[in-house]
Amino acid sequence: MTTTERTEAGPDPLTGDLIGSGVEGGLGDQMSAWWQRVRGGDMGSLPAIGGFIVLSILFSILSPYFLTAGNFANLLNQAATLVMLGMALVFVLLLGEIDLSAGVTGGVGMAIFVVLVDVAHWNWVLSLVLAFVFGIATGALIGFLVARVGIPSFVVTLGLFLGYQGVALSVIGSGGLYRIQVPELIALQNGNLPVWGGWALLVIMLAISAGTSFWDRARRTRAGVPNRAISLVWIKLAVILVLGGVVVYILNLDRSQSVVPVAGVPIVVPVVLAILWVGTFVLDRTKYGRYIYAIGGNTEAARRAGVKVRWIKWWAFVCCSTLAVFAGLLSATRVGSVDAAAGRDIVLSGVAAAVVGGVSLFGGKGRLMNAAVGALVIAVITNGLGLLNLPAGVNFVVTGVVLILAATVDALSRLRSGGARI
Amino acid sequence: MAEPIIQLRGVKKSFGPVNVLKGVDLVVRPGKVTALVGDNGAGKSTLIKGLAGVQPYDEGEVLIDGTHQPLHTPREAQGMGIEVVYQDLALCDNLDIVQNMFLGREETSTGTFDEGRMERDASDALRSLSVRTVKSVRQKVSSLSGGQRQTVAIARAVLKKARVVILDEPTAALGIAQTAQVLDLVKRLAGQGVAVVIISHNLADVFEVADDIAVLYLGQMVAQVDAADTTRDDVVGYITGTKTLTGAPVVDTSVIATGGAQ
Repeated sequence: MTTTERTEAGPDPLTGDLIGSGVEGGLGDQMSAWWQRVRGGDMGSLPAIGGFIVLSILFSILSPYFLTAGNFANLLNQAATLVMLGMALVFVLLLGEIDLSAGVTGGVGMAIFVVLVDVAHWNWVLSLVLAFVFGIATGALIGFLVARVGIPSFVVTLGLFLGYQGVALSVIGSGGLYRIQVPELIALQNGNLPVWGGWALLVIMLAISAGTSFWDRARRTRAGVPNRAISLVWIKLAVILVLGGVVVYILNLDRSQSVVPVAGVPIVVPVVLAILWVGTFVLDRTKYGRYIYAIGGNTEAARRAGVKVRWIKWWAFVCCSTLAVFAGLLSATRVGSVDAAAGRDIVLSGVAAAVVGGVSLFGGKGRLMNAAVGALVIAVITNGLGLLNLPAGVNFVVTGVVLILAATVDALSRLRSGGARI
Repeated sequence: MAEPIIQLRGVKKSFGPVNVLKGVDLVVRPGKVTALVGDNGAGKSTLIKGLAGVQPYDEGEVLIDGTHQPLHTPREAQGMGIEVVYQDLALCDNLDIVQNMFLGREETSTGTFDEGRMERDASDALRSLSVRTVKSVRQKVSSLSGGQRQTVAIARAVLKKARVVILDEPTAALGIAQTAQVLDLVKRLAGQGVAVVIISHNLADVFEVADDIAVLYLGQMVAQVDAADTTRDDVVGYITGTKTLTGAPVVDTSVIATGGAQ
């Protein structure tokens, strides 16, 4: 492993070898290193995953309908909007910023879309493109005001949150409501993949996961640094295979309550997974993503290292608003219509989803996956309490308690480890 | 003696009516540690910011390798191989050592990070400084001690193949053992042929590592002497203005020009 060239470069007589990178040792060492990190306060999504499991068990005891295939598919469709919105917000939360207007941006984007299609009878693809252009423009505006002019993002987006409600009202007309009548888009939240499509999705996920793992290993080997034990790759693939396999199997069962069979993975699942994968790829493996984390950690350090801070912030807001329009699309196609209040109430749930999942509001810490898991927890609460026929007020109370619980677990774990806030 | 990398001649800088640097000369040689000392307000930071290209000098000559260089932007200074390790370190707590060392200049292949190569190069840079206190290059910087952070910040400059490393009070916030660690590192850096400029208020540290001591007093370079040829008392005298190299008292001690009153 140690070439002559390297022993020359490193005049360390004691080891003469590479400094560790935490990938050494077998499976046991890796597990204990991971446990050390968790004990050190780096909990990631663990509290959220725990909460998800506990809530699921609780609701399956309380309601006979909770653990049915029909409800499971329904839960995924319900959660999709919040997952998208949570992921959108991660981009700005990582900078230590916030976008309170993400929900209404999606709402106004959809209002523009639906009015263009239903009233002006435009081509729906063109209208949709225009809705996304609106999202991009909104992000650019927020980015300009925050990164260039220097107004706190809380103030800018609070202003937009208020203003855009007025815009939505004037676009839609008070009390009005427009139906979405594009079957291709309705299918997004109401259609299912064919049975074989679910299995194909699982195979594709396994292939991508294995592909990136082995590609990374090959690159590390070429650079002459050690790899993690290969058993970890097999474990990861096995987890995807088993978990994914169970999910696909359940979703492929006939969940129809009438004669026409309904089965298959909801179309929204691969769509959200694709965006999750691309976003994670960008955040983890490209300069753009790395600089977002760097700015969130220490803006001045990033600036001195040559990072174009304003530019990166600008793009993060554009990403957020664009994905927010997509979240608006998922919401609108689920409901089937757009009204003037679309997206008004959901944005704080999006922030809550990210925080429950382990994204830090102080910036610099969190992943898209965290927001997705957090959104699933909140969706389970909504779904489960709905099945129990409890009054709507209970939903908000429980969601609030879970949010504070998640934040408490996170804070306590760091307090105990004496670690930094980030 | 080796040819100097940096030569400053008659460098001046003023902010409005305040003349911070009044014609400063400085020589920095490769493989040598030059300590820059002086009381608060003597102009140390201003002198360094000029070299870093952050605040260019108003007047005077800057010679790098014997040729005139403007040093108008940080990028120009970095292009000349001049790196500054600032007092507040400029590291991101939420990133690991490798990510911090490569921040702003990541190695990529096919558009994505080549983590393996970065990890190896970071490890090599740390080992070339004989760093043994860092357990893993994938540790988050938030988990490092003050001395280790300083080490990472210096290794970051080494990684950039810096020829001149300027350290702004590297031991100010450190305990005894960590200070010793960092001073060792400074010596090894010079041993590799890097020109090191170290700003410090701690004369014990200065005498331990410095080959050359340059003393600023109210914007004037009152002495640049060989550390072996001088004593601590002399240096204190230079810093406080009670003593000059020639024995004569310092003439112009007024910092603020009276402008219209003249």
